[in-house]
Amino acid sequence: MSLDRKDVIKIAHLARLDITEAEVAATTESLSRILGLIEQMNAVDTKNVAPMAHPQDAALRLRDDRVSEPDQRDKFQGIAPATEAGLYLVPKVIE
Amino acid sequence: MFDKTVAELSAALKARKVSSAELTRAFLDRISRYKDLNAFISVDPERSLAQARAADERIARGQGGPLTGVPVAQKDIFCADGWLTTCGSKMLANFVAPYNATVIEKFDAAGCVNLGKTNMDEFAMGSSNETSFYGPVKNPWDTQAVPGGSSGGSAAAVAARLAPAATGTDTGGSIRQPAALCGITGIKPSYGRVSRYGMIAFASSLDQGGPMTKTAEDAALLLNAMCGFDARDSTSVDQPVPDFTATLNNSIKGLRIGLPKEYFGAGLSADVAKVVEAAIAEYRKLGAEVVDVSLPNSQLAIPCYYVLAPAEASSNLARFDGVRYGYRAPEYKDLIDMYCKTRAQGFGAEVKRRILIGTYVLSAGYYDAYYLQAQRLRRLITDDFNRAFEKCDVIAGPTSPTTAFNLGAKTDDPVAMYLSDIYTISVNLAGLPGMSIPAGFGSDQRPVGLQLIGKYFDEARLLNAAHQYQQATDWHQRAPKEFA
Repeated sequence: MSLDRKDVIKIAHLARLDITEAEVAATTESLSRILGLIEQMNAVDTKNVAPMAHPQDAALRLRDDRVSEPDQRDKFQGIAPATEAGLYLVPKVIE
Repeated sequence: MFDKTVAELSAALKARKVSSAELTRAFLDRISRYKDLNAFISVDPERSLAQARAADERIARGQGGPLTGVPVAQKDIFCADGWLTTCGSKMLANFVAPYNATVIEKFDAAGCVNLGKTNMDEFAMGSSNETSFYGPVKNPWDTQAVPGGSSGGSAAAVAARLAPAATGTDTGGSIRQPAALCGITGIKPSYGRVSRYGMIAFASSLDQGGPMTKTAEDAALLLNAMCGFDARDSTSVDQPVPDFTATLNNSIKGLRIGLPKEYFGAGLSADVAKVVEAAIAEYRKLGAEVVDVSLPNSQLAIPCYYVLAPAEASSNLARFDGVRYGYRAPEYKDLIDMYCKTRAQGFGAEVKRRILIGTYVLSAGYYDAYYLQAQRLRRLITDDFNRAFEKCDVIAGPTSPTTAFNLGAKTDDPVAMYLSDIYTISVNLAGLPGMSIPAGFGSDQRPVGLQLIGKYFDEARLLNAAHQYQQATDWHQRAPKEFA
């Protein structure tokens, strides 16, 4: 299956990646080629095969709901692009 | 000293023939002397030397372990408290990790010296180290050639004797393929053996850290320090960890080695095939029995992987949004625009490609056809291995279909690049341990690796088989001329 430019623009938006007009054509071409490779999968009938999410079919462990981490807010926020009063700053979302 | 193995350095340190500070200084000097290889993204001599001095004091107190004082280079994917940790990306070019990965913690506890952070493909996505924001690494055997990837900096550093050993991570071959292309030893343990905590995530159901060394014995020494259950990694496996050095000297008489016919077909270059066949002949001489096996779904591993790995990556890399750490675009008009510009400017072309593929295969209407189908194939590929291991103890074959290709040869063709991992990817899909050991050279005088694949948690047997081969051959002792 090949993608068209509209698909690529939509996927890029879903992935929160700005894409320039100039990049759309090249990206459409390379993604279509990769999908061409991927579609070799369709040759196999897998009707009775259960999907495998984890190499040993292991389930994720549960743990007790208790505090295990110390407060390191200042250290962690020291590397943030913008903080104020212990909060991460982002552009205003609600007017 | 720089040509010595970890085992030899360990003995010299213990006997006080050399200090960790001397060793660390000598390797830092070599790193700076050969900086044109571009094997390292960052070094921090003060921190390294402080660790070395602490190790020397520990040895003087008689409290040293087998790795105390040994300098080890760390792939720049492992968070190390206070160290720049970039993952080869502009997105993290300013990221000084505020905590230690479990692997780093374990090396610290063993008394190892962190020698610096090695170059890698951006977010470990690549097979040539050419997607790094910090530029490609050169192969010490031939500086026209790629070192392989994604752990290309680690492989080049060990091959050029800039570090006695290094760490790598392997999602589709990223330890084994560069180890093969640079003529060193590398092992990817079973999925779940080495904690992924603090190892920047690419594809969480496939990622696994492991050592890259000159010898199988050194790999066993490092693996002893790296493995173990970790409550902070939700898929860490609670399995007893043997002393991997204890069985190295076992005889391999009667070891059944399976040769999958699919690994010796079209696409394998003739000179690599010849080297691999010679290595198998050597194993026969050592008393191993060679049996034919089949992995009929091998061809499907690459398409399957290029659904699952990008799907997991697109989800893992959603965290890079310019809010809590890393790069943020300088100009934007609102929150969504900030995300989109930050990510467009912070990620390189290959990472974006994989995020887009992953987003697409997980999007509404395509999930069943791509993602679930790939997970079903993953089971078929795993079943193939299980059946093959009824007939053999270890599977052997080439690590990579060719020797190292030239820098720039595949950068315009992502699909051609993906095919260079044809023999390694299925091992990650099945979660099995796999290793690559030096087995000779191609007609271009570039190294060839022999891949050994084991049953779950059977790393000890792989290391034993590799060590016995290295007792009988000297390919692992060869060093590129300029660096010997």
